[in-house]
Amino acid sequence: MTPATRSPTLDVARLREQFPVLAREMKPGVPLVYLDSTATSQKPLAVIEAMDLFYRRHNANIHRGVYQLAEEATAQFEAARARVAAFIGAAEPAEIIFTRNTTESINLVMRTWAQANLAAGDLILLTEMEHHSNIVPWQMLAAEKGVQLEFVPVSDDGLLVLPVYEKLLERRPKLVAVGHMSNVLGTINPVAEMSRQAHAAGAVVLVDGAQSVPHMKVNVRELGADFLAFSSHKMCGPTGIGILYGRRELLEKMPPFLGGGDMIRRVRLHEFSTNEIPHKFEAGTPAIAEVIGLGAAIGFLEAAGMDAIHAHEQDLIAYTLDRLSEVPGVRVYGPAPALRGGVASFVMQAAHPHDVAQILDADGVAVRAGHHCAMPLHERYGLMATTRASFYLYNTREEVDRLVAAVQKVNDIFA
Amino acid sequence: MDDLYREQIIDHYKNPRMKGTLDPHDISYEDDNPLCGDRLRIDVRLGADGRVSEAAFSGQGCAISMASADLLTESIIGKSLEDVRAIGKAEILEMLGIELSPVRLKCALLSLKVLKAGAYGLAEVHDLD
Repeated sequence: MTPATRSPTLDVARLREQFPVLAREMKPGVPLVYLDSTATSQKPLAVIEAMDLFYRRHNANIHRGVYQLAEEATAQFEAARARVAAFIGAAEPAEIIFTRNTTESINLVMRTWAQANLAAGDLILLTEMEHHSNIVPWQMLAAEKGVQLEFVPVSDDGLLVLPVYEKLLERRPKLVAVGHMSNVLGTINPVAEMSRQAHAAGAVVLVDGAQSVPHMKVNVRELGADFLAFSSHKMCGPTGIGILYGRRELLEKMPPFLGGGDMIRRVRLHEFSTNEIPHKFEAGTPAIAEVIGLGAAIGFLEAAGMDAIHAHEQDLIAYTLDRLSEVPGVRVYGPAPALRGGVASFVMQAAHPHDVAQILDADGVAVRAGHHCAMPLHERYGLMATTRASFYLYNTREEVDRLVAAVQKVNDIFA
Repeated sequence: MDDLYREQIIDHYKNPRMKGTLDPHDISYEDDNPLCGDRLRIDVRLGADGRVSEAAFSGQGCAISMASADLLTESIIGKSLEDVRAIGKAEILEMLGIELSPVRLKCALLSLKVLKAGAYGLAEVHDLD
């Protein structure tokens, strides 16, 4: 075993105590090594308790209630919205729309802004490394309206081929929709520079921040994002909550998304007028307790420090790539540690990714195997599947050692 | 779970007896599972008596799906198509000699689905899940 994890600013041992599930043994003497935070993160006590407290003490439907309980619920819900806005540097809470997940946030932009603003022949730029949730909605729009899709290619070492991007911008796309960080390669894309270039070409920029917002400081104004989509459940918050940030100017001109309660100002039998933003896009009762849980998650992340979290994960990924390079027959995809977050997708000569994941599971090491909702990216590398280990603030170098030992075991079993 | 990768399964995965294709063939069917990337083709030749005289599989996939394909194709030699129809989930698991989670059960049953879809049509395979 290597010496205890050193991190200049994260007290990982203390952080781990805040996550009850991390104390689990998957069988006697085999502690859980959770390396699937890219799929969903674990939840700290602060989040679990905030939701519990809401249901025990404050539960009521939000907005319009004139009794004290409803006012408390509304105040807590809107305070969480303000916290999200501050967390990503939005100009005001009204620019934060709550959805169900990143996927729904992107679909909302497709169904409202894109439906209203794009026409046949208009171009949308995506990249080969997008998650399906930032590909399929645009394919649906292409089928409905005849818009065109082009994809910025990915290099062998997992980076966007930016000269091709610049060339594609000459065709004056209406929208550039790009992931900030790849959920397979870990690549952190130069989105601020890409946004600047896209705006110069007259495009609107949507950033899929599902993998970046939980793991590093993201500021929408520094990024130049017109839209930013991300999910609560990947950032220590509960499932069921997605976030869409949009610039006020764009949101105000967009048609509503779903119709129903809360999104209206006035309804008559044959017509309605819409509420102001963000409520215009939030029809029906939202996941109130979950939004409050998300607020607690942001408090938790801010206390740990986003820069410290990012530095910790970069240390872990550098260590992981180093250690995995010792194991014969392992190939890890993606760029050098300095250009990526804490994601390591790999294949083994000896065994199929599912067999690898299963053997790791026998040692309590939880990783994911498959295409990770990025089939086009896997196809780009001639792969059907990879095994993926991913990290968060609670992971340690000791856990990486457990991963590497289990990977070596795969070679032993299939030798 | 530890004994999932028993010697028998690793052996059939690494040293398959029945791997290949048959041309000509009386039955040939190919299917894939895009979720995990497994792809499998099974070819069968029938003798004059209508029984399986030769069988082969090709494709790629995890150890469970490949070992299962090898064991299944080996086991049907000499059987009538009526005998083959009677093979079910229980018989495959018995051949593999392991217990499987619902996710990995799909890997184990891919070969049976491909064989039955080829022999009797897709309608036969719906009840295999």
